[in-house]
Amino acid sequence: MNRRILEHPILGNLDDQYDVSFTFNNKVYEGCGNEPLAAALLANGVRTLRHHEESGSPRGIYCNIGHCYECRVTVNGQPAVRACLTPIEEGMVVESIGKLPTPVRDWRGEDE
Amino acid sequence: MSKVVIIGAGPAGLSAAITCAKKGLDVLVLDEFMKAGGRLLGQLYEEPDGSWWNGIHESTRLYNQAKDLGIQVKLNTPVNHIEKVDHEWVIYTEENTFYTNHLLLATGAAESPVPVPGWTLPGVMSVGAAQVMTNVHRVKPGERGVIIGVNVLSAAIAMELQLAGVEVACMTLPKMNKITSDATDPKKVLNSLLPVSHMAPSEFIKLGSKLMRNDFMKKLGVTFYPKKGVKMWNIPIQLRKAVIEIYGENQVEGVTIATITSDGEVIAGSEEKIPADFVCIAGGLYPLAELAGVAGCPFYLIEELGGYVPLHNERMETTLDGLYIAGNITGIEGAKVAATQGITAGLSIARNSGIIGLEKEIQESVRSIDHTRDRAHIQFHPNVKRGKRKVQEQWKAYYNG
Ligand SMILES: Cc1cc2nc3c(=O)[nH]c(=O)nc-3n(C[C@H](O)[C@H](O)[C@H](O)COP(=O)(O)OP(=O)(O)OC[C@H]3O[C@@H](n4cnc5c(N)ncnc54)[C@H](O)[C@@H]3O)c2cc1C
Ligand code: FES
Repeated sequence: MNRRILEHPILGNLDDQYDVSFTFNNKVYEGCGNEPLAAALLANGVRTLRHHEESGSPRGIYCNIGHCYECRVTVNGQPAVRACLTPIEEGMVVESIGKLPTPVRDWRGEDE
Repeated sequence: MSKVVIIGAGPAGLSAAITCAKKGLDVLVLDEFMKAGGRLLGQLYEEPDGSWWNGIHESTRLYNQAKDLGIQVKLNTPVNHIEKVDHEWVIYTEENTFYTNHLLLATGAAESPVPVPGWTLPGVMSVGAAQVMTNVHRVKPGERGVIIGVNVLSAAIAMELQLAGVEVACMTLPKMNKITSDATDPKKVLNSLLPVSHMAPSEFIKLGSKLMRNDFMKKLGVTFYPKKGVKMWNIPIQLRKAVIEIYGENQVEGVTIATITSDGEVIAGSEEKIPADFVCIAGGLYPLAELAGVAGCPFYLIEELGGYVPLHNERMETTLDGLYIAGNITGIEGAKVAATQGITAGLSIARNSGIIGLEKEIQESVRSIDHTRDRAHIQFHPNVKRGKRKVQEQWKAYYNG
C-alpha cells in the first residue's frame, strides 16, 4: 500500500524516491531520506508502532510532533525514541516496544 | 559576548534569530523537529486576495534568511531542561549543554486531547498530526477520516485534507453537555467559524454557490440541508449527534455516532456506524510553556489566550533576567503574529546585550504586533486582545503590587 501524496494542487508534485531502507520488527521497509519513521511506516501501511507496556493494546502516533510520546519505539537498541521526530537512516533497526512481562503496577507499588 | 540561544525554530524563533543577527549578535537556534519552520510548515490556505499562504515556502524563506546571516540552526535537538546557574542560563540537550546570557523560549503550542472511547486505537490522531502528515511529510493519514471537534483549526485542516485528496466523511461536534453547550449550538459554532470563512478555496465556494442562500453562508461555504444537517466545503457537519465510540479490532475501522439528548444520553436505536480508517481529534491549542515553568516564571491562566501563559511584558521579557518568550507560548495566534513577536523579542535581546539606540524600533515593533493582530486572517480566540491586556495588568501588578 502506498499512501504518498505525490501530486498536490497547491504544494506541487513530488518524486517518489525510495532511497533508504530500514527494518521494523525484522521486516525491511523503504522510505525517503529525511522523513520521520512514523511517516515512512504509515506510507507503507503500518499504523501500529508498539503495544502498551501494561495493557498490551496497540498504539500508533497521536500528535505527530513530539508532544505525546505515544509513538515511542526502540531504534538501534535505544528504547523510547519518538518515531514522529526521528528521521530514517540507511540500515536503521527499529523495533516495537511490547507488553512487559510484569505489570507495571507491581513494581510501582513496591516503590511507594 | 556569549551567543544568544533560541529554543524553537518556528516563525517566532526564526524571526527573533534574524533580528538579533541583523543587529550583529551571534545566534544559536535549537529545535527538536527535523525541519525548520515549526507549525508554520503545515499551514496552507488561500488569502483573501486569492494568493496562497504556503507554510513550506514561508518556512524555507525564513530558514534561508537565517542561514545567510550565519545563524546556527541545530535541528533534531530536543531541549530537556533549562536552569540559571551563576547569572547564566544553562540549556541541556541529550548531546550538549549550552550557556547563554540571553535565552528566548519560542516553543509554540500543543494540542489538547479529547478522550473518546476507542481513542487509543492506531489511526486516531490529533488534527495537527493529520496536517503535518499530509502537508509536511506528504503521506495520507488515511483514505477516509472523521474529525471530532469543529473549530477554526479543524475546519482549516479538513479543507487541507480535501485538497490533498483525502476524504473527510464528516465533522462532528463534541458530545453535548452543560459545559460544551456553546460548542454544540449550530449557530454559535458556525459563528465561531467565521474567522476561517475566507480560507475556503474559491473552488469550493464555486462548487457550493448554487446552494448558498445568503452572504453569511456564502462567506462561510456552509449550506443547510433540513434533514442531513449542515455542510461546510461539502463536508457534512453533524450538529445533533455525537461520536459515542471509535471502533476497530487492531486499528480504526470507523466511528459510531448517535443522537443524544441535551443531557448527553444516547437515544436508543439512533446509533449509526460511519466507516473510516482514521479519526482526528480537535480539542484546541494551548501554549507549550513547560520550559518557562521549570525556569520558575510566574504563570497566569488566561482563557482568551488558550491557557496558562508565563508572565511577560510587551517587549517579550519575562520576570527572569535574560529570559524572553515569543510566539504561541504567549497565547494562541497565527504565524504572522508569532513572527512579529519574534522581531520584538530579538530587538529586546539586542538592547539588553548593550546595543544602543533601539528604543524607537522596539516601540514600533510592539505596535506592529497589534497591527498584525488586527489584520489576522485566522483568529483562534475572539477576545485575544482582552487576554493580552490582562497579562499587561498582571505585569504591572507584579512590579507595583
Ligand atoms: C499542531 C498545530 C497546528 C497548527 N496549525 C495552524 C494553522 O493551520 N494555521 C495557523 O494559523 N496556526 C496554526 N497553529 C498555530 C501555530 O502554532 C502558529 O501559527 C505559529 O506556528 C506559532 O509559531 P511559534 O513560532 O510560536 O511556534 P511553532 O511554530 O509551534 O514552533 C515551535 C517550535 O519549537 C520547537 N520546540 C518546542 N519545544 C521544544 C523543545 N523542548 N526542544 C526543542 N525544540 C522545541 C518545535 O519543534 C517547533 O518547531 C498550529 C499549532 C499547532 C500546535
Ligand atoms: S506521536 Fe506524539 S510524540 Fe510522536
